[in-house]
Amino acid sequence: MVAKPLGQKGSLADASGPIIQTHNLTKIYHTGSEELVAVNNISLTVGRGEFVALMGPSGSGKSTFMNMMGCLDRPTSGSYLLDGRDVSRLTKDELADVRNKFIGFVFQGFNLLSRTTAQENVELPLLYAAIGAEERTRRAHAALSAVGLADRAHHRPNELSGGQQQRVAIARALVNDPLLILADEPTGNLDSRSSSDIMSLFTQLNAQRGITIVVVTHDPGVAATARRVVSFHDGSIVEDSPHSSPVHSGAAP
Amino acid sequence: MSIGALFRIAWDALARNAGRSLLTMLGIIIGVAAVITALAIGAGVRAAVAAQLQGLGSNLVIVVPGSTTTGGVALGAGARESLKLDDATAIAHLIPGVAGVSPQSGTSAQVVAGNANWATSVSGVSSDWPRVQNWTLAQGRFFTPDEQRDAGKVAVLGSTVAANLFPSGNAIGAVIVAKRVPFTVIGVLKAKGQSGFGRDQDDQVVIPITSLQTRITGNNWLNSIVISATSTDIVDSVVAATTRLLRLRHHLTPNQPDDFSVRNISNVQQAFTQTSQIMSLLLASIATISLIVGGIGIMNIMLVSVTERTREIGIRLAVGAHARHILTQFLIEALTLSCIGGVIGIALGVVASLLASSVGGWNILVAPSAVLLSFCFSALVGIIFGYYPARRAALLDPIDALRHE
Repeated sequence: MVAKPLGQKGSLADASGPIIQTHNLTKIYHTGSEELVAVNNISLTVGRGEFVALMGPSGSGKSTFMNMMGCLDRPTSGSYLLDGRDVSRLTKDELADVRNKFIGFVFQGFNLLSRTTAQENVELPLLYAAIGAEERTRRAHAALSAVGLADRAHHRPNELSGGQQQRVAIARALVNDPLLILADEPTGNLDSRSSSDIMSLFTQLNAQRGITIVVVTHDPGVAATARRVVSFHDGSIVEDSPHSSPVHSGAAP
Repeated sequence: MSIGALFRIAWDALARNAGRSLLTMLGIIIGVAAVITALAIGAGVRAAVAAQLQGLGSNLVIVVPGSTTTGGVALGAGARESLKLDDATAIAHLIPGVAGVSPQSGTSAQVVAGNANWATSVSGVSSDWPRVQNWTLAQGRFFTPDEQRDAGKVAVLGSTVAANLFPSGNAIGAVIVAKRVPFTVIGVLKAKGQSGFGRDQDDQVVIPITSLQTRITGNNWLNSIVISATSTDIVDSVVAATTRLLRLRHHLTPNQPDDFSVRNISNVQQAFTQTSQIMSLLLASIATISLIVGGIGIMNIMLVSVTERTREIGIRLAVGAHARHILTQFLIEALTLSCIGGVIGIALGVVASLLASSVGGWNILVAPSAVLLSFCFSALVGIIFGYYPARRAALLDPIDALRHE
């Protein structure tokens, strides 16, 4: 099944291979005798360097789909190739390694460790990748600089504004140099000004570093930042529309 | 993830709830402190008693009046009068392998010397006594067999008595009066100190047994006869022969029980060892219970901690932590909690032991093995009782954990 090893992260040498390729991906939850089909036979391909927004009402299955793409959850059936490798049947620990090396997460509620400095929060994925202290410090500092928070490295989350906290979370998502950043309602807890800051940061990361970005959102304004909008309803994709510009434009540095 | 980093995370988490952590540790602290104190005092007493028993020598046989079932059973009338001086003399002459025999009796008396006086015990013994009981003289001499035979009015003072009656030190040749009988002081014993049971062995006046019986008490009973065998190997045969001889002398028919009992020091040592083993066992079980209670406290608070920090666990899992990373993190937290508790408990126990020794005047002995054992046991408690909460944390689903409010 392994078409090619994961690991050429961020490389644009092989731009033809998609980052995300799902085939008939299905997730069914069993609650007592009831069966709930949260995600129904979704086949979706996201190319390298794309910036995609997933939209849809609550319960439309977009978050469940997102969790499977993020290797936080396994599908009931169907396959999921991440950068060409089937990750739909990996063990929990193997999934943890995939998340650690190839995927960055950004959440609505920031999900930073409280009482832990920005620097330490950003270092967290590196800690589980068994990277040495010096290297951790260097890379966390670089990631914080990339989001414009180098001077806030030793502040704790409660000493930072919402927009700053979300930027720390983005730095944490960036620190392992991922193939893919998954953001779940990243601007849901932010005012409009911080929201546009965060979205332009995503745009910049997508354009300058070629990182593939998938954002789940309710906000049409946020979705408008993306180059492609995929709409969900009742566990299925009902619309898949590219925005004005071509998919790969701006992916090259 | 390095162990050092894990300990730092554990420390941070515990320090965040310092008050709660301390209360959680209290069970372990009290348990370990109690164990250390009890073991220290127990070991101190044991060492003192063992040293004294050792000093008595393992070749000694002790005959006391009364049956062997003195514990609980009423003594027959006159049971304490069953040993006589003649019994001691017979043992000395008739039983082979006897190196020395010291019959003993005693009374308490107010002893007067000039204008000083002192309440002490007056012991009547034989001239073999220093050899049998391992006493040496600091000054002067002990009485002779002739002085014993003639019920001589001579006395040898224990060092405590000598110090109190003759503070200036010139006791030899002085006259002391006990129960209106004057005795000439011919010697002073070298100090032996307290016995393991807290009695001052130097607080006595020693006179010939014959003098005690004829001049002071007026009876011929003995409190005990101490026999020293020529070697440890023949102690058992001396015990058997003494029993046979005394039964014969006391005209006991085969179905009558002994009206005396014969023990050797190794019996006493065995009995003592057994008692102290039972005591240790009792201590160990109490310690185990208190440490288990402490462990349950740790488990309880770790479960609370896992619930409170579900979201943190979710974040860690999302960014790539394996189940075993989470398991190790919480196990180390529980381990840190119980080990710090153990160390504080050990410190507290040592302080309490020192206090007991300085205030209560008890012998104490804080054995390194007891400290090590307590520490290992508290670490073990942390691992055992930390495992269940840590496993619960490790088995959390990352999505559920992240959604946790």
